[in-house]
Amino acid sequence: MLMPTTSKDIVVSNKLGLHARPAMQFVDVANQFKSDIKVLKFGEEPGEADGKSVMQMIILAATEGTPMRIEADGEDADQAVAKLAELFQSKFGEED
Amino acid sequence: MKLKDFIVADAIIPELQGSERDDVLRELVTALALAGALPRESVDEVVAALIKREQNGSTGFGKGVAVPHVKHAAVKKMSGTIGRSTGGIDFAALDHQPVYSIVLLLSPEAQPQQHLQAMNIVFSNLQKDMFRRFLRQSATKQAIVELLDEADAGK
Repeated sequence: MLMPTTSKDIVVSNKLGLHARPAMQFVDVANQFKSDIKVLKFGEEPGEADGKSVMQMIILAATEGTPMRIEADGEDADQAVAKLAELFQSKFGEED
Repeated sequence: MKLKDFIVADAIIPELQGSERDDVLRELVTALALAGALPRESVDEVVAALIKREQNGSTGFGKGVAVPHVKHAAVKKMSGTIGRSTGGIDFAALDHQPVYSIVLLLSPEAQPQQHLQAMNIVFSNLQKDMFRRFLRQSATKQAIVELLDEADAGK
C-alpha cells in the first residue's frame, strides 16, 4: 500500500540554531507520529537526518537562516509535518 | 573543526572518581579550570549551570555517552574535556542506560555557530560504534588523546 508523503520547506529562525535542546524537542514530537520523518538540510553543507534520531539531528548543526525540509512518510504524514514545522516557526520557544 | 581544537588534553579524566552525575560534572569542570580553560572561581556557577541544563533535559543521548554542555559568560574560549567511568553513571539517559563516556563542552555566550560546529564533530564521532568502543576502553589520558588524534585524522 502506498503511504502518503508530505513535505514542507522551512528556515531555521531561532538565533541559536538547531542545538541539542531543539533537536530533542523535535525528536520528541516526531516520535508521537507513526510516519517516518526525514529532515534535509540545504545550503553550503547539505545533510540529511532521521527526524527520530537526536544524534543525527544534532549532527546537522543547522544554524540560523539555514533552509531545511521536513519530510514525512506514513499514514499521519500531514499532521506530523504540520506539527514539526510549527516547532521551527515558534523558534522552539526560544527568545522574543 | 577538529576535536583537538577544543578538547583540552590536560583536563581529560581517564578514571572519574565520582559515581553521581553532579559529582562528575564538578570533577570535569574543575579539571578544565586547573588546566586554565576557565577561572577557578567560576567552577561553582558553571557546574550549577550544567546541572540546571541536565534537569531541563538529559544530555545522555543513549549508547553509554553523555554530552553535558552549557554556554556561560565565564567561558572566554570554547573548551571541552572527556571523562571516563568504568562503573557507569546514572545520567537519566534517554535509553535509561548508564553512561560510561562523557564529553563535556563549555562555550562562550553569543557564539552559537561555533557551538553547533563543535557539537557536530563530537556527535559525528560518538555515533561511530568503533569510536565509542575505543573511548570506553581507553584507560589512560594518553590513549584518549591518541584516539582523538586518530578521529581528527580520519574522515
